[in-house]
Amino acid sequence: MSIITVERKVLEKNDELAARNREVFRSDGVFVVNMVSSPGSGKTSILERTLEYLKDSLRAAVIEGDVQTDLDAQRVAKLGVPVVQIITNGGCHLEANLIQDALGTINLKGIQLLIIENVGNLVCPANYDLGENMKIVVASTTEGDDKPLKYPGMFRNASALIINKIDLLPYVDCHLEELKSNALRINPKLNVFETSCTTKQGIAEWCTWLKEQMASKK
Amino acid sequence: MHELSIAQNIVEIIQQRIPELEWNQVTAVRVRIGAVAGIVPDSLKFSFQAITAESALCNAQLSTERVPFRVHCRTCNTNTENEDGFAMCGECESTDIQILSGIEMHIVEIELEETARVI
Repeated sequence: MSIITVERKVLEKNDELAARNREVFRSDGVFVVNMVSSPGSGKTSILERTLEYLKDSLRAAVIEGDVQTDLDAQRVAKLGVPVVQIITNGGCHLEANLIQDALGTINLKGIQLLIIENVGNLVCPANYDLGENMKIVVASTTEGDDKPLKYPGMFRNASALIINKIDLLPYVDCHLEELKSNALRINPKLNVFETSCTTKQGIAEWCTWLKEQMASKK
Repeated sequence: MHELSIAQNIVEIIQQRIPELEWNQVTAVRVRIGAVAGIVPDSLKFSFQAITAESALCNAQLSTERVPFRVHCRTCNTNTENEDGFAMCGECESTDIQILSGIEMHIVEIELEETARVI
């Protein structure tokens, strides 16, 4: 019997590809956001409101990840923003190689902001670096206030938490302060925003912060 | 169910490290998984078994070692563990901490059965 010591990260191949993506983004001067959340929290709606808000001040592009259909890409395309849809055919998250492939079909020249909307899933996307500058996690009030405790990985790796559907707070069993404190117990450095895509509450604050982050990376 | 994708990565690492002629001699693969890495060990073992069953790696058994979530506190300079993955010192409750372990996913070692080689 012989034992071979390996001591390697299981996802090192993904991490290497992510590092390559990061280098492409850096040399093209693109700031990249990886948006993660459970299905139905409102990622695509936040994306639409964000793109509308920022359309006069910067040029953005989008990569959409879904298990099936290009419905989200169709929504984004209506805003006149370049968009690539990745259909994972059952895959529960995006991996760095899928982003690398998508980059072959999108021209990043002149683009300042690339938003990747990950597959709606609060578990798997947390483990996969795509080469982004930061992860943003969206949690909606309709999901309740305990999600950060149940799915800590997603909150640990994120730079910001967007609490969406804030307008529904009077109608749902979700305690806002509890949701925030649960998230901050997992990650005290989270920047927290409260938004409603219906009333547009909080969209300006979130977009202003995002632009500050982009400026500080230049 | 990203355990399938994780298992695929483990198989690829074995295939890179071990010459193809010796794949059927691989008897054990040890993996270290952080307590809050978001991996279910049983699902990972199931996935590994499923993708290696009909291959030269069919003799390989995957085993997992669990590593607790451990943080170092920069305020009171102690190391504490907690089950929930809270970024907080278990002594003084400071949040100025550094994560020491519990979120990793490493392939540690591969065991091969030696068979007589024809020279």
